[in-house]
Amino acid sequence: MTVGIVLVSHSPAVAGSVADLAAELAGPSVAIRAAGGTDDGRFGTSIELISAAVRSADSGDGVCVIMDMGSSVLTSKTLVEDLEDEADAPVVRLADAPFAEGAVAAAVLASTGQDLDAVVASAEHAWSMRKL
Amino acid sequence: MAFDVQTATAWITASEAVVKANEARLTGLDAAIGDGDHGANMARGLAAALANIAEKEPATPGDVLVAAGRGIVAKTGGASGPLYGTAFRRAGKALGDATEATAEQVGDALEAALTAIKELGGAAEGDKTMVDGLAPAVAAFRQAVADGGDLASASVAAADAAEAGLAATVPLQARKGRASYLGARSVGHEDPGAASLALILRALAEVTA
Repeated sequence: MTVGIVLVSHSPAVAGSVADLAAELAGPSVAIRAAGGTDDGRFGTSIELISAAVRSADSGDGVCVIMDMGSSVLTSKTLVEDLEDEADAPVVRLADAPFAEGAVAAAVLASTGQDLDAVVASAEHAWSMRKL
Repeated sequence: MAFDVQTATAWITASEAVVKANEARLTGLDAAIGDGDHGANMARGLAAALANIAEKEPATPGDVLVAAGRGIVAKTGGASGPLYGTAFRRAGKALGDATEATAEQVGDALEAALTAIKELGGAAEGDKTMVDGLAPAVAAFRQAVADGGDLASASVAAADAAEAGLAATVPLQARKGRASYLGARSVGHEDPGAASLALILRALAEVTA
């Protein structure tokens, strides 16, 4: 079992770089996909990019989505609502987590074969990992 | 008059035109407290709404609004995309299969849009958002219908209430979105989302007059 991870940011570079960071720490077994910016490469959010990333990240064990803020959150919530109307849609959970720290926490746990609930919980637990 | 496919399509067409004509003003409002893309985003989203309506050739006014919502969600690019897009889709679904929706049904659809926006964005009245325009507009629309008003007079009441709601956002401090990071510095500006909402509801009043 390997849960997929999708990272949604207003910035294509931020989503891509955090995906690289999480992949470096989690190893090659976890599908981590970036959905940053709009479909024409501007800052913003694209439901089509997020949808494509979710479908690419899913191996049948579900997908944990981590968002930065604002329209990233609202667009991801809208996608979850859309998928509820779709047969055979990937199982998607949104994690209420800090972006980079949550991505690393989720990806590392996913690499151990834990299920979607555990991966989401790991991302959300990142809030409580104090740095100082 | 009833709210049919022609009226619904005319509403979206008029909304796109008025938002495009006010693009610089909306962007200016957003530049003051937001990220300065509201005018361009709304113009792009409503243009996509029109393109999707033309492509889908909807048979009911509800399907017109659903098609508009899908276009807006797909192409807007900012937070207004999922908010307006979900609002139009929920409004369209609330109209069901009706080919000629009554004023009362349109009131129910506007209420469904308000509920959708509150659920998705988590904003309440007083947070300096589009909800401050839409909530009083829905109440005014329904009150006008309850008092025996038709679609045209209820739409005028809703547009008037939305414009009053927009003016009332000026002294508020933002509690949602980028503007909320500004704290007290968000006071003294119109909310851009409430501004675009007032334009769209005035467009409804104009096409139903």
